[in-house]
Amino acid sequence: MSGELLGWWGVPLAVLAGAIRVSTPFLFVSLGECITEKSGRINLGLEGTLVMGAMSGYAISYLTGSPWLGVLAAGCAGAAFGILHALICSLPRVNDIAVGIALMLFGIGLAFFLGKPFIQPQAPNLPSIPFGNWSDNAQIRDSLRINALFLIGVVLAPVLLWAFRNTRWGLILRTVGDSADAARALGYAVNRVRLLSTAAGGFLAGIGGSFLSLSYPGSWSEGLSSGQGITAVALVIFARWNPMLCFWASLLFGGAAALGPALQSVGITQGYYLFNAAPYVLTLFIMILTCSRDRTLAGAPGELGVTR
Amino acid sequence: MEVSPVRIDDGTARWQDLLRSGAEAVAVPLLAILAALVVFGLFVALAGVDPFETYSLMYAGAFGSWFSWQNTLTRAAPLILTALCCALPAQLGMVVIGGEGALVLGGLAAAAIAQALPDTAPVIVQIVMAGAAMAAGAAWIAIAGSLRHWRGVNETISSLLLVYIAIAVFNHLVEGLLRDPASLNKPSTPQIGDTNMLGTIPGTDIHWGLAYGMIACLLAYILIYRTTFGFGMRIAGGNVKAARMVGLPVGKLVLVACALAGAAAGLAGMVEVAAVHGKANASLIVGYGYTGILVAFLARHNPLAIIPVAILLGGIGASGGLLQRRLGLPDATVLVLQGMIFIAILTSEVLYGRLPWLRRKST
Repeated sequence: MSGELLGWWGVPLAVLAGAIRVSTPFLFVSLGECITEKSGRINLGLEGTLVMGAMSGYAISYLTGSPWLGVLAAGCAGAAFGILHALICSLPRVNDIAVGIALMLFGIGLAFFLGKPFIQPQAPNLPSIPFGNWSDNAQIRDSLRINALFLIGVVLAPVLLWAFRNTRWGLILRTVGDSADAARALGYAVNRVRLLSTAAGGFLAGIGGSFLSLSYPGSWSEGLSSGQGITAVALVIFARWNPMLCFWASLLFGGAAALGPALQSVGITQGYYLFNAAPYVLTLFIMILTCSRDRTLAGAPGELGVTR
Repeated sequence: MEVSPVRIDDGTARWQDLLRSGAEAVAVPLLAILAALVVFGLFVALAGVDPFETYSLMYAGAFGSWFSWQNTLTRAAPLILTALCCALPAQLGMVVIGGEGALVLGGLAAAAIAQALPDTAPVIVQIVMAGAAMAAGAAWIAIAGSLRHWRGVNETISSLLLVYIAIAVFNHLVEGLLRDPASLNKPSTPQIGDTNMLGTIPGTDIHWGLAYGMIACLLAYILIYRTTFGFGMRIAGGNVKAARMVGLPVGKLVLVACALAGAAAGLAGMVEVAAVHGKANASLIVGYGYTGILVAFLARHNPLAIIPVAILLGGIGASGGLLQRRLGLPDATVLVLQGMIFIAILTSEVLYGRLPWLRRKST
């Protein structure tokens, strides 16, 4: 890195920049899972969807030369996985948690299988918008290069919150999620609403995956995702199914995940692996603090099995 | 739901029912596996590989010769134990998917404790290694169980998060405190020593871990179906409120089930260290914990059914190398097939009670 170094001040800066960078996949997956869970179903397969999105986004970006087409392809792959999840879950006696686990393993396997030829070549990455050009410090400029996908996510979160509360679609979604019987009595096709919401959730999770391969770290490899998907699913519970809280929680988790590399950059390598586990430990502690044995969580969709 | 009329000849009727449900329990999973194999055949055909050649190579690699049988059975051993990690809590209606974490920490505990006992009889070292591995695994999964019981934290999510934490702890220790300075490229713990290795079953190349797994399955079967404790587990799995009402100690059931589950997966780690690798390193983290989940679901969480299913899945894993060498398929091919089987088996839940030739005749 050129330019004068910031020394210890680089740590909070790196954590902030890392929070913005690392939080994007968390943000998209958690917003997607939020839509799915609002309809009363949990999709634990988003870890697989994320990896699948990363692979297909990278492959399409490499083959067509357009990273945005890659993002679209990643979303479509994610939506396909969501539709598969919803179709299997709509069968009688099928448990949505188990289907999620199956799709997680299948998605990872399929992505590794199809992604083998794309490990070596370099695909065009998504553009970043430089917000730090006012500074002549290289480290600050570097930190403030913010990816366009993050900005889309920032806009998406309040829009979703508004849509849940104020639109007809949001009302139908919440009705289906709170009481399938009531929704059926009102004449809504419960399974179709859940199919659409799971597909939408998969679409967003796929886009979150494409961020991993097309922006940060910015290339496709088999070790690309390690638990971001499942952390994001847990994050939705912590965020009480509120898209704006999902956004703040994603930033928090991104910051936690950026702590290890940030400390490493100023020469602290002790406990590097333990710092890598920070987001998972944080998730676990937050779940311990926010969950309760005796009551269902405030704001939880009534049909959701995971909080019962 | 049809109501069966009162039958005079109750004995025969019950036997017929038992036979029917037994046939169903075998036929439905077999149909699911068959369906998955057909879809997999189409998939490799799309990838430009002859599906029938793939099937025959898979058979050859898994069960085609004594050599491949031994390879298959060696791989089945850890799968049996990690499947128990999912199947035991499943009796209580819990979905624990953190076997990989317990396996990794169990293997690490076994490798670490062997260093602390330099001049001890191998039998004692092996017993202490197994004990340490089981304790580590038990403690790890018991965390998920106690969080579930006391804080209502979803055990599926927490156990998976614990896998990532376990791997981080593993890497931290193997690259630091427990690292053998001689292991340059691939950080490892020191060797546990040749004399401390688990031997092979006489006349074969299969290590004793397979026997450990089978004994564990037998014990688990007795626990679940032949003891008061197991009866309590199944009651609580059916209806927690009813179990509390009749005074069953649900918390104790959850904790013990999770601890036993973790102990099984931890033992799998010890077997991998003490019978295959001789030390703990990244080779331990190859996904036996995840395949174990599939084994448990395929076996419908019945400990005795786990043994043949684990051998089948071990065979699929064993054939992966052959598919890679002969057909140029990527190593993830096995993962794809496993995923397809998993999806098929869950979808096949629908078939229970609906197979035309196994349906109870209404008289």
